[in-house]
Amino acid sequence: MLGQAGQIFVLVALAAAMAGAVTGFAAGSLRSHGLLRWTQTLSRWFAVSMTAAVAVMETALIRHDFSVKYVSEVGSLQTPLYITIVSLWSSLSGSILLWGLILAIFVGAFTEWSRDRHPENTPWSLATMLVICAFFSFLIAGPANPFTPAPSPVPTDGPGPNPLLQNHVLMIVHPPMLYLGYVGMTVPFGMAVGALISGQLGPAWTQALRRALLIPWGFLSVGIVLGGWWAYAVLGWGGYWSWDPVENASFLPWLTATAALHSAMLPSRRDALKGWTVTLVLVTFVLTLLGTFMTRSGVFNSVHSFTQSDIGPIFLAFLGAVLIACVLLLASRIDKLAGEGANPTLISRESSFLVNNLLLVGLCFTVLLGTTFPLIMEAAKGVRLSVGEPYFNQVAMPTGVALLFLMGVGPALPWGEPSLQKVVQALGPPVVASLVALGLGAAILGTSSPWTLATVWAAGFATYVSVAAMVSPVLTRMREKKESVGGAFTQAFLRNQRRYGGYVVHLGIVIIVVAVAISHAWRQDTEVTIPKGQTVSFAGYDFRFDMVEKVREPHRTRQQVVVTVKGEGEEFVLRPALNQYEMSMNPIGSPDVHSTAKRDVYLSLLKIGDTNESISLHIYLNPVIAWLWWGMFVVIFGTLLTLFTIRRAPESAAAPAPAPQAAK
Amino acid sequence: MNKKLPAILVVVAVVGVLGWLAMGSVGDNLVYYWTPTELHAAGAKAGEATVRLGGLVKPGSVTTEGNATLFLVTDGKDEVKVRTQEIPPQMFRECIGVVVEGTLGDDQVFESKKLLVKHDENYKAPTDSTVKCPDMPMPAKE
Repeated sequence: MLGQAGQIFVLVALAAAMAGAVTGFAAGSLRSHGLLRWTQTLSRWFAVSMTAAVAVMETALIRHDFSVKYVSEVGSLQTPLYITIVSLWSSLSGSILLWGLILAIFVGAFTEWSRDRHPENTPWSLATMLVICAFFSFLIAGPANPFTPAPSPVPTDGPGPNPLLQNHVLMIVHPPMLYLGYVGMTVPFGMAVGALISGQLGPAWTQALRRALLIPWGFLSVGIVLGGWWAYAVLGWGGYWSWDPVENASFLPWLTATAALHSAMLPSRRDALKGWTVTLVLVTFVLTLLGTFMTRSGVFNSVHSFTQSDIGPIFLAFLGAVLIACVLLLASRIDKLAGEGANPTLISRESSFLVNNLLLVGLCFTVLLGTTFPLIMEAAKGVRLSVGEPYFNQVAMPTGVALLFLMGVGPALPWGEPSLQKVVQALGPPVVASLVALGLGAAILGTSSPWTLATVWAAGFATYVSVAAMVSPVLTRMREKKESVGGAFTQAFLRNQRRYGGYVVHLGIVIIVVAVAISHAWRQDTEVTIPKGQTVSFAGYDFRFDMVEKVREPHRTRQQVVVTVKGEGEEFVLRPALNQYEMSMNPIGSPDVHSTAKRDVYLSLLKIGDTNESISLHIYLNPVIAWLWWGMFVVIFGTLLTLFTIRRAPESAAAPAPAPQAAK
Repeated sequence: MNKKLPAILVVVAVVGVLGWLAMGSVGDNLVYYWTPTELHAAGAKAGEATVRLGGLVKPGSVTTEGNATLFLVTDGKDEVKVRTQEIPPQMFRECIGVVVEGTLGDDQVFESKKLLVKHDENYKAPTDSTVKCPDMPMPAKE
């Protein structure tokens, strides 16, 4: 029953998306208002039916309706309810359904937002988005259909989701975040295509495009960090990032989206670089498709890819079609967007944006090269190989330091054609601050890792500039308008909320990059075997193996070992474990971490000896890892500040001023 | 024109440095993935490079020697002796698929720096295998 209902909703969504795409393009070329209204209605039909299909699937999962094939594959009577709910995205066909739901949310939101705005661009944009919607509805209706009936006889129980995915709570939030990032790029893509076709990219549309880009960018950033966090907390190898193809797949569109967010700030100011910004948005979307293909097609071996299937060729064909369409569109229409921007001098804020874009795109290209090189070699020469981590690190470290440095230099430099004197004035204080940071870094960390010191130096620069940019308007107001600290800050903040958000994001990124650099350079690890009751020392810590505990849970048996750790004036207990799932034959390791601002003590259980008399552990001491996750929250906070402005900056001039703050 | 020249120089410099970094290091960091047959076929070339060797752990071949663990990795046609100083994880056992990263020594023993036990629970030996591995229970495929 539920299976059929789901099928029907998916088919309605497919029909609505296809029809909407046709009416949308027709509305654009005929400039027909009536057809646009039709397109909007069809778009709503798509959004509602797709949401209904997902609701049906969730109902089937919760009710353990094993007559639905997908439920019979990932459901299990032993699985706790919350895992049953999230097992929607524990396997391929379900996660494509989640993709459809997110698409419905984003496209639905765009439909409402654009209802009576920008009639020159909206039909084209909506039509483009509906083409994407139609493709995914087609995947769900056909090749990756989760609603097909289970082979009879209907099973009475299922295997439950992949054990690795059940093993940690982060699995509940990480995939949806990443999907919100990937799928959300559909909206800026559609908007960019709309601007290309109509040839009109005014300040208002650019502003909206930037917002539409910032939302998925924020989700993507969170998704990437959470992916690292999940790998760290679950996989038990003590690290969070290994330049794995699937990790790279999420990083590539992030790089180009970051570049686009920055270059989109320029057109509103100088009218330059419009075509470049649009190109970046198109590339970002193509990279999200490539990322999905890489994750889902099974062409790569990866720790993150659990759901491989035969949708690869279909996806590749779609990817190729989108790529060709983008190239043709750019080739024929980009002239229309050429801005008549002024030529800034070499040392100006514009140039720093330009270099920032080059570095981001260059890094994207080198990571892409390293990721796809094995595929190319296998196709061309038939040899199987992989590109080692050092390749990525060698490229990413210098580029990362340069980007961090620009994060400081860019906002410090004036726009346009500043005089040499102004440049020196602007850069003097941050240079001093960066040298102080360098000195402190060398004193605390030593000089054994030059790249880390370079990172600390650039981080000092960027931190000073970001903080100064937020503090100086407050000081100016206090001096010139004689406002109190609180009043001046409130006013400065409300007037520049978006910029403040941007600087907060910068600070978050600084925290993340410094944490990455230090944790990478100063990580220590060893493997030990400890007999029961004995103690082993490593790097200033004592590890005592006390006992093995066996915990029975409905869906798994957990064998955890109790290890008492003593060192640096602290004593705590860690319980790394091996989890044996009901339907799986191999035990899955589950590491345990004691985390402080200074360092993480990370224990991964390799083996429990016969008769529980000894254990083998992999001990990792990872400095400052916690800052990575904290940095992510700072980035989220900054992104929210930029997105949800309390007071609308440009229009507010005409609106009546809000009640005066504190003293004048 | 004069004003554009510095900008072009910056572009060329950035692209050049990144390209140089990428091209220079991609060749040095390639890790070949070989089966025991391919490893032996590569002959002397195999002696220097870091290689990933994949196959099954041959039944009855696991021994220890001080801190080291020794075992044979087989693809059904050929086999290579592997030595690792790492403590093999709980999942490690006979007949399981492994990937070891390291180099083939002069004594024809493969020194493993990294031992990965394949999480792929559906790993199967090649069909023309001469190795007798009991059929592993097949957990439901996703």
